[in-house]
Amino acid sequence: MTRDRAIEVRDLHKAYGPVEAVRGISFGVDRGEVYGLLGPNGAGKTTTVEILEGYRERTGGTVSVLGFDPEERPRALRERVGIVLQQTGIYRHIAVREALVHFAAMYPRPRDPDELIALVGLEGKEDARAKTLSGGQLRRLDLALALVGDPELVFLDEPTTGFDPAARRTAWETVRSLRALGKTVLLTTHYLEEAQALADRVAIVKGGRIVVEGAPRDLGVGASTRVRVTYRNALGEQVEHITDDPTRLLHELTAEAIERGEALDDLAVNRPTLEEVYLELTADA
Amino acid sequence: MPEDTSATSQVALAWRQYRLERRLFWRNPSAAFFNLGVPLLFFALFGAIFAGDQDALNILVPGIAGMSIVSTTFTALAHNMVALREQGVLKRIRGTPLPGGTYLAGLALHAITNTVVQIAIVLVIGRLVFDVDGLRDPTALVVFVVVGVVCFASLGVAFSHLIPSSDAAPAYVNAVFLPLIFVSGVFYDPAKAPGFLVDIAEILPLVHLVEGLRGAMVTGAGVADEAGSLAVLAVWTAFGVVFAVRGFSWEARRA
Ligand SMILES: Nc1ncnc2c1ncn2[C@@H]1O[C@H](COP(=O)(O)OP(=O)(O)O)[C@@H](O)[C@H]1O
Ligand SMILES: [Mg+2]
Repeated sequence: MTRDRAIEVRDLHKAYGPVEAVRGISFGVDRGEVYGLLGPNGAGKTTTVEILEGYRERTGGTVSVLGFDPEERPRALRERVGIVLQQTGIYRHIAVREALVHFAAMYPRPRDPDELIALVGLEGKEDARAKTLSGGQLRRLDLALALVGDPELVFLDEPTTGFDPAARRTAWETVRSLRALGKTVLLTTHYLEEAQALADRVAIVKGGRIVVEGAPRDLGVGASTRVRVTYRNALGEQVEHITDDPTRLLHELTAEAIERGEALDDLAVNRPTLEEVYLELTADA
Repeated sequence: MPEDTSATSQVALAWRQYRLERRLFWRNPSAAFFNLGVPLLFFALFGAIFAGDQDALNILVPGIAGMSIVSTTFTALAHNMVALREQGVLKRIRGTPLPGGTYLAGLALHAITNTVVQIAIVLVIGRLVFDVDGLRDPTALVVFVVVGVVCFASLGVAFSHLIPSSDAAPAYVNAVFLPLIFVSGVFYDPAKAPGFLVDIAEILPLVHLVEGLRGAMVTGAGVADEAGSLAVLAVWTAFGVVFAVRGFSWEARRA
């Protein structure tokens, strides 16, 4: 692969029997970058991420993670990667600190369990059994377990789904702290806000394909050539036009208004927001 | 830093996994009871019924030993594998550097500990309360316990693949376990059962394990005398290992 990237994916395909979950996805994640896969349920995000984690075998394409092919499941790769799966899974009867101590022993250079407990905000829950934790607390334990080997690359599959807003902010801070430490993060989410808040670059995934990719601030404008023109007509009603050709539309609208001797109150020409682009791109046509 | 994949570090990791499994086992008393308590309960009940009838006790003691092997390996592993799969523990482990074989070694060692404890209890009670020597041929005893453990552990893992969910596990396991112990001469002399039951039992592995254990514990028949039983157990073991490996899945089934 050309550049020293943490992740390189070329023309990835994955079929589950007749279901084509991933149909030719390509992207690259630089070292130290936070990359977001954003898309609705069933888009193929988990499938893509779990291929990169070595859980699933691809049907086509090439994949490189820290220079390894994850399908071969090399131990050297597993030592350098941390994983938060979409579904939490842990022994019901294990205690928080006990779990971190146990999993830490599997890695060559583990992080300190108590430091991680503080990082994810589970102080006071050190001795609590997993079965007594709330969903959000379990998710934080998941995150701590993913970080216990001090990984270079962290996969986060919908890390905050089901969180209340406060817990989400805390989790975001943790992801930002990973970025500050120079870690690479591949994150999936169906929250646009989350992708915007965390990711350096975002790929919007739908139907097993990437429909658009770029920095969040560029996506809103770059992804769409469409422009929205709004004004208030003579009756005071709000009118909205979406167009690919704003020059012509404005010319027509203003010419007609002048002819009728009217003004176009509150005339505005807007680029769609990222949210509008996202909704438009992922809407079921 | 060179990667430490040495045998000693693998042993240390398996040992850690083993210790975790032991701790977690005792935190779930109902599972602990079903694993260890049920055979002892049957032992006490049938022991009371057969008290004074030495022929019956000579059947019962090795029978309970065989039943103990089944419940600490087959039953326990079938339940465990389903639960670990469903709870996502297997999938999590698979994402760590811990090698699958090391993990399974820890898990197996945990099951074997239960078997050894249980057999020891049966031997002691058999000797002190029911006047059954138990150690007529210690070599044969070790051989049959080891073969029985490998056989029923692999069958337990293989069987777990057929069980759709934790909720269904007790029904699936008991549907096999209860008929198996009743036809296999755990509680009575199998020769006294109707012919067709004897024929069915002869195909199954438990009757042969109990036969071998009876030789070791009661009659003094050695490994050579029980070669036929050993052969049947070997066939079941091969079957169990193939299907345990083949059907293995780290993931819960999709609903
Ligand atoms: N193990 C599987 N077997 C069969 N189909 C699957 C499996 N996993 C996912 N799918 C299907 O693949 C598609 C993509 O799923 P997934 O990768 O989970 O999407 P996302 O994570 O974006 O919600 C969906 O249609 C889903 O039903
Ligand atoms: Mg998903």
